[in-house]
Amino acid sequence: MAILEVEKLTKTFGGLTANKEISLQAEANKITAVIGPNGAGKTTFFNMITGVYKPTSGSIKLRGESIGGLKPHTVAKKGISRTFQNIRLFGPITVLENVLVGMHTHLKAGIFGTIFHLPGVDREERIAEREAYRLLEYVGLEEHYNDEAASLSYGSQRRLEIARALATKPSVLLLDEPAAGMNPKETADLTGLIQKIKQEMDMTIILIEHDMKLVMEISDYIYVLDHGELIAEGLPAQIRHDKKVIEAYLGKGAAEEQEAEG
Amino acid sequence: MKKILEQIRGNKWLQLGLLVGYIALTSLSLILAQRSVAAFLLLLLSFLLLYYTKLPNWSKWAIGLAIMFFILPFSAMQGPAYQEYMDVATLVGIYVSMALGLNIVVGMAGLLDLGFVAFFAVGAYTYGIFATAQASNFMPFGTYPLSGNSFWIFIILGCFVAALFGVLLGIPVLRVKGDYLAIVTLGFGEIIRIVFNNLDQPVNITNGALGLSSIAPPKIFGIELLYSNQIYFVVLFILLFVIFAVRSLEHSKLGRSWKAVRENEIAAQAMGIPLVKTKLMAFAIGASFSGMMGVVFAAKQAFIDPTSFTMLQSINILVMVLLGGMGSVPGVILGAAVVTILNAQVLNELTMWFNSLSTAGIITLPDAMSPVKMQRFFFGALLILFALYRSKGLIPAKNVVYDKQKFLSEKGTKKRLQSVAAPKEDEHGHTGS
Ligand SMILES: Nc1ncnc2c1ncn2[C@@H]1O[C@H](COP(=O)(O)OP(=O)(O)OP(=O)(O)O)[C@@H](O)[C@H]1O
Ligand SMILES: [Mg+2]
Repeated sequence: MAILEVEKLTKTFGGLTANKEISLQAEANKITAVIGPNGAGKTTFFNMITGVYKPTSGSIKLRGESIGGLKPHTVAKKGISRTFQNIRLFGPITVLENVLVGMHTHLKAGIFGTIFHLPGVDREERIAEREAYRLLEYVGLEEHYNDEAASLSYGSQRRLEIARALATKPSVLLLDEPAAGMNPKETADLTGLIQKIKQEMDMTIILIEHDMKLVMEISDYIYVLDHGELIAEGLPAQIRHDKKVIEAYLGKGAAEEQEAEG
Repeated sequence: MKKILEQIRGNKWLQLGLLVGYIALTSLSLILAQRSVAAFLLLLLSFLLLYYTKLPNWSKWAIGLAIMFFILPFSAMQGPAYQEYMDVATLVGIYVSMALGLNIVVGMAGLLDLGFVAFFAVGAYTYGIFATAQASNFMPFGTYPLSGNSFWIFIILGCFVAALFGVLLGIPVLRVKGDYLAIVTLGFGEIIRIVFNNLDQPVNITNGALGLSSIAPPKIFGIELLYSNQIYFVVLFILLFVIFAVRSLEHSKLGRSWKAVRENEIAAQAMGIPLVKTKLMAFAIGASFSGMMGVVFAAKQAFIDPTSFTMLQSINILVMVLLGGMGSVPGVILGAAVVTILNAQVLNELTMWFNSLSTAGIITLPDAMSPVKMQRFFFGALLILFALYRSKGLIPAKNVVYDKQKFLSEKGTKKRLQSVAAPKEDEHGHTGS
């Protein structure tokens, strides 16, 4: 069953068509990858789904409900969460607090309850702290819970972004190049983490990634964009051997590698 | 020497002893001296020392409250400058509350507001208009002035009216960002002042440039609170409430969302934080602190006119926040206290001292160079120095340090927030390794 259905989504910036009639279906509890060369329009696609950009045309449906053009915070509330290609953590606050921010929509504390420390508010806060800490354990950052987010290593910051996104308790998780800037060991760990999230949390994941090894290893289905257009879609094995993809995306060198392998 | 310092740093009983000694010494010298600003300031300094001791929080509060409620008023009471001291202390309380309000807007939510005094004015006029005969010019019912008994309700009213104005300012202003926001808020501050200056026609609501005089003093149990030593306690209670409120807000859902919005609007929204509502809350709550103190200010001065609410005042409050440390509650308290005391006391004293020197013929100081006239110069220089050498302020903002034992062990936390996709409980134990 498709949880997220995108149909003919288009985005133009002045004369530039960043996304042209892209259709995509994200199956529940599967990892769907969106790949393509730099500037293909992948991030723009995420930005439309999460409400950062208003689509020029087309529709986005979450469990059948149209969410196209909604405000980003409303989309988040409906259960779509994301990480950012250019890391967007709340730098000077602590790692734990970053995750707590992610729990925003699940906390009921109102202004008067907060100021006067009504009993429910403090308790709710404790529970949230505990859950945030659990999420840090989940991504392996619990030792840093009191550190400034900005002080983390690059790879850890990407993990923290994932923990923060999970804190919103999404039904669909969008990851924009989670392995960018990671070394092979970190990438391998991340691969495991993404799979774990998919299995243990029954998560539907859409993944943008340039690391082909990672993409081929964990994706259930792949969409390929180039110059704002969808040029191919299919199972990893199909995409791996798709001529159009190899030409447009992987380039000549990679194409030879493919042949050597095969 | 080094050894002694280290010992003091490590031993909290020693700290407590020294602190008590210090407080006893300064308060005693304040009692004995006929009129000593130095002794008064040194006694106030004990708050700062108290802040830096390693005593547990509750005992810091206990000592702090004892100083505020008993030691300070009692020691000041003995000399002829009693009301003067209490006046300064009252002003400090008023400005600290305002600076804490502005700190929410500027420091926590990151919205530069250059017209903050407008909310102070709104509070002051709210009380001023109804506690003088002014209200009878336009109110169809009721008899005015209202008695000083209404003051207590007006504190709450002033709070809400200012919050309302905060929202009114916020709605148009939040469309703009950064530098533009600063300019628009500057304009808003001026507009409010000019409106108060001109709202004597067609219906005389504010009495224009003449201002409102003989505003009813607060009244409780039939006693009129006329003097600074009485108003001081009113201010103290409000101030304590304000500090309590910002402390609670700072580490709450709302406080976190302000910081998130300040750090990264796009990421904050992606976490489900509504931008407009969050910013409006910052404006409204910040404004409300200012509004409450506006009511107190009107009652204390018994006279207000638009010149009390100029742009310079807004800048003044901003300086307190910047000097103290943006986003830092203790810092802002210190910043506001330092600036207010400099303004209200130290510069005056210095001027008097210079004057006495020049009448004695020791030095000659042109009138234009007197410290009071150089106030702006001092603050300008201070700001530049701070921007260069201590850009995070006197006491930079610190993060909360969470104690994992506390939230991991607390009873009742087995319950979880309504969850869709949290990791399963039994998988936690071994995921961390
Ligand atoms: N806000 C914007 N205004 C104008 N043009 C934009 C905007 N956002 C993206 N673009 C353009 O849209 C095109 C697609 O950009 P996008 O960031 O979606 O690519 P991408 O596939 O994510 O690339 P990368 O792999 O480098 O992250 C680019 O040409 C980019 O310059
Ligand atoms: Mg991108």
